[in-house]
Order: sequence, then structure tokens, then C-alpha cells
Amino acid sequence: MSRPSDVYLFGTCLVDLFMPDAGMDAITLLETLGIRVHFPQAQSCCGQPAYTSGHPREARDVARSQLDLFPGDWPIVVPSGSCGGMLKHHWPTLFAGEPEQERVVAIAARVVEFSDFLLNHLDWQPVDTGPATRVAVHTSCSARREMNVHTTSWALVDRLANVTRVVHDHESECCGFGGTFSIKHPDIAGAMVTDKARALEDSGAIEFVTADAGCLMNINGKLALDKATPLRGKHLASFLLERTGGKS
Amino acid sequence: MNSQPVTLYPSRQFKDNARAALADTELRGSLRSAMDFLMAKRSSAFPDTDELDALRTLGEAIRQRCLSRLPELLEQLEERLTANGVTVHWAETPAQANAIIHGLVAARNGTLMVKGKSMVSEEIELNHHLEAHGIQALESDMGEYIVQMAGEKPTHIIMPAIHKTKAQIARLFHEKLPDTPYTEDVDALIRIGRNALREAYLQADVGLSGVNFAVAETGTLCLVENEGNGRMCTTVPDLHIAITGIEKVVEKLEDVVPLYSLLTRSAIGQPITTYFNMISGPRRPGEKDGPREVHLVLLDNGRSQAYADQQLRKTLQCIRCGACMNHCPVYSRIGGHAYGTTYPGPIGEIISPHLLGLENTRDLPTASSLCGACGEVCPVRIPIPEMLMRLREESQRPAGEAVDHPLRGQGAAASTTEALAWRAWRRVYASPGTYRLFGWSATRLRALTPPTQAGWTQNHVPMTPAPKTLHELVREREARRKES
Amino acid sequence: MSARESILAKLRAAPKTALAHPDIAAHYQRFPFPDDPVGKLRHWARMMRSVKTEILWTDATHWPEALAEWADHRRPASLLLSDTPHGHQAAAALATRPTVPALRYFDSELDGWKEQLFHDVEAAFTRVRCGIAATGTLVLWPDAQEPRTMSLVPPIHIALFDTTTLHGDFHSAMHQENWAAGMPTNAVLVSGPSKTADIQLTLAYGAHGPRDLVVLAMLPDGISPAMLEEEGA
Repeated sequence: MSRPSDVYLFGTCLVDLFMPDAGMDAITLLETLGIRVHFPQAQSCCGQPAYTSGHPREARDVARSQLDLFPGDWPIVVPSGSCGGMLKHHWPTLFAGEPEQERVVAIAARVVEFSDFLLNHLDWQPVDTGPATRVAVHTSCSARREMNVHTTSWALVDRLANVTRVVHDHESECCGFGGTFSIKHPDIAGAMVTDKARALEDSGAIEFVTADAGCLMNINGKLALDKATPLRGKHLASFLLERTGGKS
Repeated sequence: MNSQPVTLYPSRQFKDNARAALADTELRGSLRSAMDFLMAKRSSAFPDTDELDALRTLGEAIRQRCLSRLPELLEQLEERLTANGVTVHWAETPAQANAIIHGLVAARNGTLMVKGKSMVSEEIELNHHLEAHGIQALESDMGEYIVQMAGEKPTHIIMPAIHKTKAQIARLFHEKLPDTPYTEDVDALIRIGRNALREAYLQADVGLSGVNFAVAETGTLCLVENEGNGRMCTTVPDLHIAITGIEKVVEKLEDVVPLYSLLTRSAIGQPITTYFNMISGPRRPGEKDGPREVHLVLLDNGRSQAYADQQLRKTLQCIRCGACMNHCPVYSRIGGHAYGTTYPGPIGEIISPHLLGLENTRDLPTASSLCGACGEVCPVRIPIPEMLMRLREESQRPAGEAVDHPLRGQGAAASTTEALAWRAWRRVYASPGTYRLFGWSATRLRALTPPTQAGWTQNHVPMTPAPKTLHELVREREARRKES
Repeated sequence: MSARESILAKLRAAPKTALAHPDIAAHYQRFPFPDDPVGKLRHWARMMRSVKTEILWTDATHWPEALAEWADHRRPASLLLSDTPHGHQAAAALATRPTVPALRYFDSELDGWKEQLFHDVEAAFTRVRCGIAATGTLVLWPDAQEPRTMSLVPPIHIALFDTTTLHGDFHSAMHQENWAAGMPTNAVLVSGPSKTADIQLTLAYGAHGPRDLVVLAMLPDGISPAMLEEEGA
């Protein structure tokens, strides 16, 4: 794949409001790799929360407001597997039969998940400058099953010379976020995130990383409530930037 | 035998049921180890991923082709079965199906029915119906026999008693069966069940079975099993009644080959089951055993509603392997009873609304994180998450809104509060100006973040906005760059 | 309107889609079971043994003797036979032995002696139509002479299997023998004695059908038992 000179960053609404540093770290990292990053200021959300809650009309209206933001023929990098899945796979369905269908399909084809972009579009060979550590990787279900990029985060972490990647119990299992699922079924979602948090703690990892903002907010929010553990997760972008000396 | 209490629509209590199940540590442990075992078994049954992919694609194509010709195939099936000497009955509702079956048993003054595994008979609550008319319906699948004895319902469509430990079963047999010493030896427990049930096959007036595949081409009813109880129920009593959903028909005999392989490998990781029965009629002249009468009851019960919609029709591709349950992070934590439906887990979430109406299954379409594990393993590639999202849409759609294929219970989960919340969300997120203002105020007012947030703070610290949005951070950086 | 008419009307009113019947044979050509007679037999035997089936290698001449030897060793109290040439051959071979099980032919309708079949018959001997290598399977095609309960009710089922009828997979068995042209009242694929894992996923044999399955596997000239039992087989 040819190396693009420019990309768009679709930051996602969760990153925007709750973890903007992860978004900035993604931008910084891409820029240090010589890529010009364009962040359309009119962006908001891919529409996924409404779409998965049974409100496609509202989702479509929000998605429609994003369609003019990517006029250049550059990749649209998304630092979140589930939002990437929404853009890439669900937007074409959401706009099936709508006047914008063709444009949407063209936009969807340009969407690349962040870790996929680093690994497969840039073939980035990071130079690890950090101390030795053990890291667990949680891959979001959308990244795993919709985007088929569950191995890209592993591969990037594995390219870091001083980092040992540890596997946690039931690694492929969902953390229980699922958007409004965690609000509508807090008992079940709670049992899921409890098990995920415990598996990560028991893995012996010093920290964990994920390339999905929803999962990160879910698992960190749970760990913070428990107080007993120092374990916290980082967005993959922040972790990679930190390991390669790009973060002050 | 214990009669099970009939609870109308236990599916309405899904959230309470789930909470209770989550608190049951013994159940959680049984489920976790059972599901881990079944997932590992399935995985080892498909060592060649190319073969698995091709077989799933083939299975999907067969099921879709058969559904595309469903009315013609049902008529062909009826014609062939009739020619083979089988009587075919049609039932739109559980009540009609029960009346047909009761009529057949009553016509020969039957008092004992032995039953092979049939989820459709659970769906119509056949046992209760017959018991109310003085006919005993005895489950003969070991798992079903156990749950019936315990006065429960199956918790899994393939492994009905998967929630029970052998100690619980040992206690149950000891208490309920006369002269049965307490033993946790599984071979001994199975022997106890075997001996009791062998007497029942001998005495029974009628045997009832389900159907895995009904072949239109030859008029053949296929039955998949390991235990031999299916063969007993369909061979020993003089009357055999089979019951199945209308979607189970396949066009050609060869269709069953890939579907059967997908079924056993997906369900329990077995290359094949001990028995694959192909029944094409009652005892023929000169034959010395087998039932003298065979009947097939074809049940609709809401399936035609799913059929009417091309997207939801995919629900009917299901071959009832249960792999979606085994791989579901929700099912594996709450088990089958919590759903309060005959079919639990992901397949239950997408079929039950057609059987019972969305008004009685309101919380099922949302009881999924949409993680996609179900769709990933489905042997006939039913896009279960897509079906769930569609059902969410229909349950949120205002009851009065006219659509091409209205579902029973349309709008069951719609609430003014939620509708208004999404409309407000749209106003903010579809307008860059409003969104910017929203982001600015949310970050500036972050100290005022409510300490309890519906649902969320049960398991998490409150969601608190960052001091500045990413939009702002990017603008600030661009401004700094212009200055320098 | 009858339930039938009403259901069919609803289905007919639904949107139509035209889909071709997929090419099932092509799939099995793409993933064929290797057509090597010895390899097929080895695999078949390994699969059957993995589900507790006892295989006695023999041939078309010596099987009655093999059956009699098995009976000497296993000592079934009673044996049910079919009123067929192979049933009579079995009886003749057993009659030469010092201890002969009580023999009974399935020569009348079951209705008159159901109870005896359930309580008094320990083993039954039937023929097999063909076999399937991939899954370790025997195909039974019961008929008027050899009724279906023979392979179901007695605790031991002894099956006489001509191994030259071993197919690679289920599809080739069905296809090559053209089953669709005429199905019997009841045909059944058997892969081992009956079993269950319904109690805590613990495997137990002898659920409702036979506890033991014994196969007298007749080998053709040119294939010896030794070839099938070599190292790594």
C-alpha cells in the first residue's frame, strides 16, 4: 500500500469529550511519521449510539452532517475500532437507498482503523525507548469481528523491543460496554466488565492498552471504582507515542 | 412427575431473572466451565478454516434457497409424506398444535407419551396441555428427563440440564425416584435413567419427536441424536407424532449432509452424532416393527411474521445448534432460564419476539453488547447483531407508525423520554455550532458532573468530561503553530 | 380458512427472492476424503474406536467363526438373529460351540413379544448397508427381514460390515447409492453405541440404545488386518 502524505482524523465523540489526550497523541504520532493530519473541526459523531439503540433516523441525520468533512482523497483514520466499524460497515447500510448512498460508500472505503493504518499502511517500525514492561492488549469486538484488525494492535506492541505482551483469560471476550447496553443492562454489563477487569489484573500486566475508546472508558471506569488496583489502561496511541519518546 | 408451574410470559421479568442468575455463584461456575468446554470442542471440530468458511457459506446458501421456496417446499413435503403414509397437520398457533396432538392421543385412549427432544413441544407447552387432559408426557432425553423431574425447563437447547451439577442430579434422583440410593457416579445415574425410561418406551401409547430437517424431495423426517431415545420414541410405540416449525423443510435429501455436519460440529464439537435417523413413513406391509401411524404437525407460531420481512427472514435459517449461546458473554453469565423463553441466548433474542411479540420480549433485543461472537460462529451465517439492531428499531418505532411489515408489539420499548433524548442528541451532534457549544460547556462545567449516572455508576466512576475537548486542543495547537 | 391455507397464504404474500440451489457436490469435490482404501479403513476404524466401538477384522469366509469366537469370549445369554442367510450362517457357527446363547429369530411382528425383546434379549446381529470413513459410521437400512429394533433395543449390537462398501463421506454414500430415488421406512446412520453427556458434560455410554457396538468388518483380498493396525495407523 502506498504511503499517504495526508490523512483525516475522525476523532470520535468519546475521545473528543472524555479522552482528548488520546486523540492528540494519535495526531502527534502520525505527524512524527511525516503524515499531515487534517482534523475537520465540524466533526462530531459517527451516529453509532443512536444506530445501535434502534434510532436509525437520528443516527442518519448525525452521520449526514459529517459527509462534507472529507473532501480530499485521503484515508480517514479512526482511533477507535467500533466507530471505524460504524463508518466502514454500517454507514453504507444506514444510507442504503438514500440519495447520499454513493458518496457514503466512497467515504466508507477510505476509513482505516488507527492500528491498522500504522501497521499495514505505514509498516511502522517503532524504536522502543521505554523501560521493560508487561502489557496486556484488549481488542474491541468491533475491531475483532467487523474490522478484522484484532491482530494489528498485538503486532504493533510486539514490535516494541522492551515490551512483553501478556495474554489475559478469555481475551477475545467482550468487556461489556456495548454503548447503551451498559446503561440498559447494568447488572449483566457489570458482571462482564468485572470479569474483564479481573482477567486483566490476573494477567500480570503492569498496564493494558486498547485502541477503542469505549472499551477503555468502560474498563478504566470499573478499575477506578474498585480502587484496590493500580492497573489502568491507555489508548494504544498514547502508549506507542510514550514508548517511542514522542511524549513529554 | 412434577408438573411445572405455568408462568405467563416470564420473559417480561428478564432483568430481575438475570440479576438473580448473576448472584448464583454455583450457576455461574457451572455455566462458565460448560461454555468453555463447548467452545473448545467446537473449535477443535473445525481444524481447517477454509473448509469451515466454505461449509458455512454452503449452509447459508442451502437455508436461504429453501426459505426462498418455503411455500412450495411445504406443499411438496406434504405431498411426499402423504404418499409415504404420513398424515400432515398444520397449526398456526400453539393452541391448535396442542389440540391436534391431544386429539391423536385421545383417539386411541392413550395415557402415556414418551418424548424425544423437541424444542417446539416446549414452545407450545405440550406437557402441560396433555397433563391437563390426564395424559402423562414423559421426557426421555436424559437432560430433559432431569429438568422435568426438577420441575424446571431446559436452560440450553442442546444441553437442557447444563446448569445442574452431578451432585444436584444425584440428590434429585435420590429424592424423586423410589429406592434410589444417592450416587454421584455418572454411569450409575445414567443407568438409573435408562432403566426407568426403558419401561416407559415399552408401556407408552405414543412417541413424540421433533424434527431437525424435513426433506421435501423424499418426504423424510431427519432426527439427530446421541442417546437412542429419539429412535425409541419413533420406533417402539404404535403412534409416532413429530412436530416441527414450518422453517425446517429442506429441498433435497443431499441438503442435509452439510447441514448435519455443521450442526453437530457447531453444537458439541462432534464430527457426527451416534444416530442420524431418516424416517420416511409408518410400518409398511410385511415389516415387523415401527409405528403403525406417523403424523407430522407443522407449526407457524409467528414464523410467518419473520418470513414476511426479507431481513428478518434470515432468523429462520437457524438449525438450532446452540453455538451462539455457548459463545455469548451474556448467556454464559445468566444461563437460559433468565430469558424466560423457550429459546434462550442470541437466537432466542431474535426468534422470541416473533413467537411471543415484542411486548413480551421487550428487554431481549437490548440484552446484547453486540459483540458479534454469535454471528461469528453461526454455522449458517445468520447476522444476529444486525437482527438485534432491527428488532431494537421496531421496538422503538412508535406503535402507530405504519410500516410494510409491522411486528407484533411494535413500539413496545418506545418511551417518550428516550425518544426525546435521541432527538436532543441529534440536535446537538448534527449541528457543528451546537456541538461546539455543547463540548465547551460540558468541559467547563465538568465539576458539576452528576455523581450518579443512570446505570453507568453502578459499575463505574462517573463519566467526567476532560478539561478541554479534542477540538479545542487541536485549535490551540494550530494557533500556537501560526504564532511560531 | 384452514390453518394450512392461512399459513401458505401468508408465506406466498411475502416478498419473493430467486436463489439458485447451491452446488453441494462441488463442495465435497473441493474437500474430498482421500480415496485410498487402506487410509479410509484406518480412519474409519480410528473414528469408530474413539466412540467405544469394538472392531473385529475378518473376511467373507471367516466371519461366522469370528462371531462364534466373540460369543465364546463375551458369553451373551441370548442372541437375536434375522431370518436371513447370514442369520442362519451365524446360528450354524454358534451351534458348534460348547456354550450356545439362546437364539431367537425375528420372525414375527414385534407387537406380540415387545416385553421379551426389552427384557430377555442381550444381543442382536444385523447386516450393514455401507460405511462412511470420514465420520466412522455404519449405515443401517432396516427392512422386513431385519427390523429396526434389532439395532436399538438389545444392549449389544453386532454388525456385519462388508468393508468394500466403505464410502469416503456421507455425501458420496448418498450420491453414489442414489438414496433419493427411494428411502426405506427408516434408515439410520450409527456411529458407536448410544451415549450421553447430559450430566455435567461427562460422557457415558449406554444411554437408551445399545451399550456396546461390535463390528465384524470383512476385509477384501489384499487388505490384511496388519496393514490396518500398523504403527501410526
